[in-house]
Amino acid sequence: MTSTTQMMDDFRLNYEETKLCLGLPGGKNGNEGSDSAAKNNNQGGKRGFSETVDLKLNLATSRDEQVDEKEENVSSGAGSTDTPAKAQVVGWPPVRSFRKNILSVQKGSNAEIGGQNSAFVKVSVDGAPYLRKVDLKIYKSYQELSQALSKMFSSFTIGDCGANGMKDFMNENKLTDLINGSEYVPTYEDKDGDWMLVGDVPWEMFVNSCKRLRIMKGSEAIGLAPRAVEKCKSRS
Amino acid sequence: MCVAPCMMNYFPEEVLEHIFNFVSSHKNRNAVSLVCKNWYFVERFSRDKVFIGNCYAISSERLISRFPRLRSLTLKGKPHFADFNLVPNDWGGYVYPWIEAMAKGNVNLEELRLKRMVVSDESLELLARSFANFKSLVLVSCEGFTTDGLAAIASNCRHLRELDLQENEVEDRRGKWLSCFPDSCTSLVSLNFACLKGEVNLAALERLVTRCRNLQSLRVNHAVPLEALQKILINAPQLTDLGTGSFIHDPLSETYIKLKSTFQKCTSVRSLSGFLEVSPSCLPVIYPVCSNLTSLNLSYASGIFNNELIKLMQHCQKLERLWILDTIGDEGLNVVASTCKELQELRVFPSDLYGVGNAAVTEVGLVAISAGCPKLNSILYFCQQMTNAALAIVAKNCPNFIRFRLCTINPVVPDAVTMQPLDEGFGAIVRACKGLKRLSVSGLLTDQVFLYIGMYAEQLEMLSIAFAGDSDKGMLYVLNGCKKLKKLEIRDSPFGNMALLADVGKYETMRSLWMSSCELTLGACRTLAKKMPMLNVEIINEGEQIDGGSDDRQKVEKMYLYRTLAGPRKDAPEFVLTL
Repeated sequence: MTSTTQMMDDFRLNYEETKLCLGLPGGKNGNEGSDSAAKNNNQGGKRGFSETVDLKLNLATSRDEQVDEKEENVSSGAGSTDTPAKAQVVGWPPVRSFRKNILSVQKGSNAEIGGQNSAFVKVSVDGAPYLRKVDLKIYKSYQELSQALSKMFSSFTIGDCGANGMKDFMNENKLTDLINGSEYVPTYEDKDGDWMLVGDVPWEMFVNSCKRLRIMKGSEAIGLAPRAVEKCKSRS
Repeated sequence: MCVAPCMMNYFPEEVLEHIFNFVSSHKNRNAVSLVCKNWYFVERFSRDKVFIGNCYAISSERLISRFPRLRSLTLKGKPHFADFNLVPNDWGGYVYPWIEAMAKGNVNLEELRLKRMVVSDESLELLARSFANFKSLVLVSCEGFTTDGLAAIASNCRHLRELDLQENEVEDRRGKWLSCFPDSCTSLVSLNFACLKGEVNLAALERLVTRCRNLQSLRVNHAVPLEALQKILINAPQLTDLGTGSFIHDPLSETYIKLKSTFQKCTSVRSLSGFLEVSPSCLPVIYPVCSNLTSLNLSYASGIFNNELIKLMQHCQKLERLWILDTIGDEGLNVVASTCKELQELRVFPSDLYGVGNAAVTEVGLVAISAGCPKLNSILYFCQQMTNAALAIVAKNCPNFIRFRLCTINPVVPDAVTMQPLDEGFGAIVRACKGLKRLSVSGLLTDQVFLYIGMYAEQLEMLSIAFAGDSDKGMLYVLNGCKKLKKLEIRDSPFGNMALLADVGKYETMRSLWMSSCELTLGACRTLAKKMPMLNVEIINEGEQIDGGSDDRQKVEKMYLYRTLAGPRKDAPEFVLTL
């Protein structure tokens, strides 16, 4: 039998036995698989028979391992019931490199928290029944963020501050006005885990270092608030 | 024409030319030129649009001398499988010699359309300098140029109407190519730079759009945010084709509200694409436009899931063309089937290239579409599984297919229910679809499917085969049966020397044949090349070096043969041996 038909028979046999489908290189044959993947992505890489042989070897030697892997998958409750294949076929599925690249970039940024395209952080307002999440990357300034947050939390009347406190927070664009008689202080937790007053550093720096936001009640910001008043006053 | 041909010979040439002006398709023009010498000469001097499906089939000198009135040229370079990394870099397909020859030959070039060619910045610069009336540049799946080359086009082509870049690999040089359009440029009708990776000057873009009152089609890249898009749309309410950039914004912001009302005023938009980055909460803003859309491309929008897609599709009653990801699911395709009664072309692309995710679309979705969309004639469908029964139903529902391309993520997957090969299913398709011109098969397939194709696919022009068949008989069925076959591309299938050499004359009736990872040996290819001097038989071997002295028994990795009037090409790289 020729090598191509041998390879195809291996493909078919494996399918019937273990419901083979093409999957990410990984698992027990990670090395060979990842070589194939690298070659797949490498525009000018070696192709053809050597990889066909790799393919064949992967299928032939891994039959036992695939059965084990299948059992493993079932017991660990993996989503897919099909055994992921070890081998990667060059140029299959037939999708243009341009499209492949776009999809892989998107997967990367969707998977990463705080990746290239988004910087989602939790926002809590003291007294509000639940938290929200905002993507800091869609705003260009503290002003925009402040406007967005006030719209987001406008439906709450918060604790014992009364409508007044909340209104001040909502109406004003400037951080300074937060301090005038209102009891709210915007703070954030930075990369080092410290709680900082919002507004000290340039916007971009803030976006890159902010891990979460907390709009504190003034009464809790003792120690923080007086300095905050000074800082805000000096900004206006 | 009911006038007998002999009478037409008494017409003055001007009359013949006038009549030929109504003959636009290059196929018909070619036929006209074969009738008699007189017609050949009149046709030759009146043709201004030429299509060359393989840039190595003819020399540029010959083109220019035969068609002195050449204004519009379409050229295709690399073989189709180059799209899937099966053709090494530096194989060829360079456009520079063509531009050089046309510049020297004083061709009044106005339009250049290239597919799968290597385009250097030098060639773009030469193009921009040499043709005063140049109006239209369309590059599809090309590579080799940077934004510097685009800057040359923008700066120098005073009458530029169309700059259309589709899925090219362009190196971004961080120049300001878009700003190179002079203030006097008001002629743009179509601008598509969606494939560019870098930033563009947004203010320059806005000014450009504002002064080009005839702009119909604008497709921007991901670096153009929604705020900028909104400002552009306000200034270009006449747009009929829009490609969005980044479609992410806080739905509570002012920009978003402005965008909503802007889209409501975009009553001319018929085609929508882009969405390279999208947040689902922003989608409702395009609902007002959806009811007028005839073409929608969401195939890059992996951030949208099926429930949002379903809501969107419910607004698209006039849709004729839909490109989408398989995240739409069978359920979503059902909605498409019940909403989009005008649908003619559907492409469902894979969102998960390795097939370890959910089985997003199956044969169920395909059957639903075939049942709900009576005008469907073109489909590209990536799926996890298929059945013969489903294909039979599809064939019965849609006998009008012109293009049918099915791609199973596992290339040799059998019928999901019966575990049989998918021969019968594809057999049903070719039997029912008498007008089928293009077919791609996949899944577990034996020689039987090729028997059916040879027997029934009488209009078939292009066939793509991968991991299919049992023996040479399969390939022979196709070569003997499909009389109109122009392009045949085969990979990883057990076809060998006997099939290759059975009917060598056939290849002169075809544009090209590609065979990779099959059972060919060097000796058979040599024999073929010797018998057929009008073919270039190229051996592409990257692994083991193959040269003139290599043994006949050596296996051939990749062979590409094509008919040509230009002889062996002079720009072939080291790893290509032309026999």
